[in-house]
Amino acid sequence: MANIITRRSILGAGAATLALGQEALAQTQVQVASGVAAPNLPIENGATLRMLRPVRFVAPDEEVFRANCARFTQQTGVQVRVDFVGWEDINQQTAVTANTGAGPDIIVGFGDAPHIYVSKLVELSDVAEYLGRKYGGWMFAADKLGKRHGSNNWIGLPFGGTAGPLVWRKSAVNQVGFQTPPNDLPGFLDLCRKLRQAGKPAGFALGNAVGDGNGFANWLMWSHGASITDEAGGVAVNSPQTLAALNYLKELYATFVDGGTISWGDISNNQAYAASNCWLTSNGVSLYFALKNDPATRPIADDTEHSFLPFGAAPSWPSAPLTLNAMVFRHSRFPNAAKALLAFLMEQPQYEPWLNANLGYWAQPLNAYRDAGVWSSDPKIAIFRDTMNNRFWNGYKGPISEASGQANAEYVLVQMFASVAAGQATPEAAMREADRRARRIFRR
Amino acid sequence: MSVTAEQQVWVRQARAQSALSKLFDWKPFLVVMCMLPAVGLLAVFLTYPLGLGIWLAFTDTTIGRSGRWVGLENFEYMLEDPIWWNAVFFSVFYTGVATIGKFGLGLWLALLLNNHLPFKSMLRAIILLPWIVPTVLTAIAFWWIYNPQFSIISWMFIELGLRDTNIDFINTAWPARWSLIGANIWRGIPFVAISLLAGLQTISPSLYEAALLDGSTGWQRFRYITFPMLLPILAIVMTFSIIFTFTDFQLVYAITRGGPVNSTHLLATLAFQRGIPGGQLGEGAAIAVSMIPFLVFATLFSYFALARRKWQQGESND
Repeated sequence: MANIITRRSILGAGAATLALGQEALAQTQVQVASGVAAPNLPIENGATLRMLRPVRFVAPDEEVFRANCARFTQQTGVQVRVDFVGWEDINQQTAVTANTGAGPDIIVGFGDAPHIYVSKLVELSDVAEYLGRKYGGWMFAADKLGKRHGSNNWIGLPFGGTAGPLVWRKSAVNQVGFQTPPNDLPGFLDLCRKLRQAGKPAGFALGNAVGDGNGFANWLMWSHGASITDEAGGVAVNSPQTLAALNYLKELYATFVDGGTISWGDISNNQAYAASNCWLTSNGVSLYFALKNDPATRPIADDTEHSFLPFGAAPSWPSAPLTLNAMVFRHSRFPNAAKALLAFLMEQPQYEPWLNANLGYWAQPLNAYRDAGVWSSDPKIAIFRDTMNNRFWNGYKGPISEASGQANAEYVLVQMFASVAAGQATPEAAMREADRRARRIFRR
Repeated sequence: MSVTAEQQVWVRQARAQSALSKLFDWKPFLVVMCMLPAVGLLAVFLTYPLGLGIWLAFTDTTIGRSGRWVGLENFEYMLEDPIWWNAVFFSVFYTGVATIGKFGLGLWLALLLNNHLPFKSMLRAIILLPWIVPTVLTAIAFWWIYNPQFSIISWMFIELGLRDTNIDFINTAWPARWSLIGANIWRGIPFVAISLLAGLQTISPSLYEAALLDGSTGWQRFRYITFPMLLPILAIVMTFSIIFTFTDFQLVYAITRGGPVNSTHLLATLAFQRGIPGGQLGEGAAIAVSMIPFLVFATLFSYFALARRKWQQGESND
């Protein structure tokens, strides 16, 4: 899908932008630091920009994003072409762009992408530091994913993040004697057992599911104090903590929905939850809004609550946000224009309407936007507000690298847990196999 | 006889033939020049990708950076990797069982359709349907059919009172493997059936008439006329079918993504997962290259074993 925003198309888009912008400004509560000087980015003569970003999850995401780009064109004369591509294609297209030195000027990829292609990227420290000063500072995950490991150099500009908290049916949880899901692991296991006895079981993906499967496996690891790597980036799977997580999963899995969840992909839990076959799972905000917007499932949405997955041994919510991370490529002939566009899109008149339009699906990386209208629009989505303050990332505890992304893509941890849940391997054997695969992946 | 002015001009032109022109008059050069575009196309579109794939298999190239030559390291790791061995096992098993299934049912359908049936044309068109439907649609349909929560088969069994719970199609290893083989057979039958039907229609009815006059049974007519006459096309169709099945990707990737716990990875899906989402282009290429010996063996076996002329003519092999 491609769209070329030109001066001619601004007339149409401009009206929509104006309406959205005025509405957003009228409702704004975002406090911005005054007197912060923007970086000097003289836009190159005749600049045009091409940007690639993941396809929208909710329709207004794309509409407002395009309108914001059109506004940039209107103000600067720089034409911007935005291509929206499938989530699973963005990594490949980034790789081709980086390796060939041709293609889009800007790619909004996922969290670890700038760390893989760092040598091909324009440093964004000037823009990032300016935005940080103006908008109350960057949140933890944004700082972690935006900066090159062990330095203060920004190689990516985090744009937003999403997470998958617990999604549960209040009636079912209350029925078995709980007000909310407990925050401790034994208590959570007890809840799941009781839900199963009541015929309203839980279910978490253990199949090769990019988001939900990896999210669940990571939570199991981190809530038991285990991790795939240590601080130095060495493989740390083989540990008593991992063994404890595997033994816990063995007991937890017995409480899951009939048939089990080892074949569950990313939408299986949505389907099961919407069909009232599963009463507690983890998911992004999209499930709630899909239920809320369909009259047939509205009662389920009304009965739905979100809460953190149990912390267990972790000091905070053990969840890594899926982060949009923008990169400017060195092959771009117009790096100043590219940086100016990114800064423009993160400025309040543009960013806040976009954030609000996403209905909580993307959460802000800058502290000032915690006060955006979306977070008070529905109390059930407030939990997503601080997603980017989560203290965990893929590949935790080590440096962010291509290997951490690869371990996720090859489902090393998911399959370790799934093999134990399926009874195909003992916890010890599953851990040794995961350790062997992780050592191969993290060998460089 | 005097030489005219025109003739003189002609003679001078003939003497002035350029070296290039002479070169093109030289037959071997002309042949090479005419072949060059075709050879160039083959080199660019066939040889280069294959060569690049083989080259990558000996490097540690990842999606983010160019690789270094690592020799046989990728292959050594592969031989120690239980997931690769599992993919080898399942690729061979999947290809073997699915091919037998497709040929058994395809031949049966072809024999049925070769008879004089009412609505024969319509039946043939219906048989072709699974082949016409894009593979990815087939995969999505089967993904729903095998869905652990919403399988129509599970629903029917429960409604009929034959089961209390949903059927575990793709949640454990062996049911998942058989489910994928079932989907592949369904998809592959039309190709076999229609190809064999074409072969059946080339057999002269006079052979059957002569056999009938000799008092042959139906089985004898099949064993001594139909089967030997069908063998040449059977060999070709089986060769193609083995290649298509062994290199299958879409059905498995869309339905199970190689799960549960890698039990349904084919070599093609494993190569893709390691190479593209995993970013290990070198390792992915090595896995893809490891398919070549299997394919060459399977192709040679099916082609030469089934295409022996003497066997086709009912004689023993040398």
